[in-house]
Amino acid sequence: MPTLNHYLILSAIIFSIGTAGVFMRRNLITILLSIEIMLNAVNLTFVAFGRALGSADGQIIVFFVMTVAAAEAAVGLAIVISLFRHHESLNPEQFRALKW
Amino acid sequence: MKDPIEETMPETVLFYIFGAFAVVASLLVIAQRNPVYSVLLLIASFGALSGLYVLLDAPFVAVIQIIVYAGAIMVLFLFVVMLLNAPQEDTEHDLKVHPLLRRGPLRFGAVLAAALVVELVWALTKGGGESGPFAGGAVASVAAIGRSLFQEYSFQFEVTSILILVAMVGAVVLASREVLERRGGGSGPSGDR
Repeated sequence: MPTLNHYLILSAIIFSIGTAGVFMRRNLITILLSIEIMLNAVNLTFVAFGRALGSADGQIIVFFVMTVAAAEAAVGLAIVISLFRHHESLNPEQFRALKW
Repeated sequence: MKDPIEETMPETVLFYIFGAFAVVASLLVIAQRNPVYSVLLLIASFGALSGLYVLLDAPFVAVIQIIVYAGAIMVLFLFVVMLLNAPQEDTEHDLKVHPLLRRGPLRFGAVLAAALVVELVWALTKGGGESGPFAGGAVASVAAIGRSLFQEYSFQFEVTSILILVAMVGAVVLASREVLERRGGGSGPSGDR
């Protein structure tokens, strides 16, 4: 029977994979995908804690996190499109100037 | 002795199957060169996480994980990847060296992530006492979630709608081409992408 610790450790591993993706990849799309991985790991933590405490609040905050993730994906991808239109690249090392 | 083990066995097996699937798919997401494959593997990872939510007696989260996350947000990502049509990380060095095996500060990122795993697992296993299996019966139904969402958290729910509106307007403004052209084109190339 998997306990709360099992779920928390699994969530920690998935979160660290997302962190590694943010640090190690040089593609804006993959970095945004890594952020989605991290958000999902946190969602798993919320649901596991909510199940352990027997309340619905864990699932409600997951609902709000998904809403914020949708807003973040929309705005982030719009920024990526705009950057790609200016620089013809998705490599974050090419974006050196703040003013473009 | 044998009966309780056989009774709890499928849940444990399913947990390890879904967990391993989620971890492997997430690892492959950050190991792919082509963002299209990354997005599709992330959808597979979300499917495994949805199975974990079912194991946690959270059918509402499991369903919106599939519908909203895998169905809407990932399709948005896939749409942008195909719109930009830039599948590779486009330097010559990247073609020879795998994205996860580069040297320099990126190696530091790998060390940092590994340290984070070790630290979190150590904190979880050594910190608190051993947690038992979940208490039975305390299942939050979809009706209870809806009631709580529209009574206790109704203000936050409405704020969420404003957030979505702002994000939508912001995305349209950021991605539209006409604003820049009306302002005189700026300094960007006038490519018709």
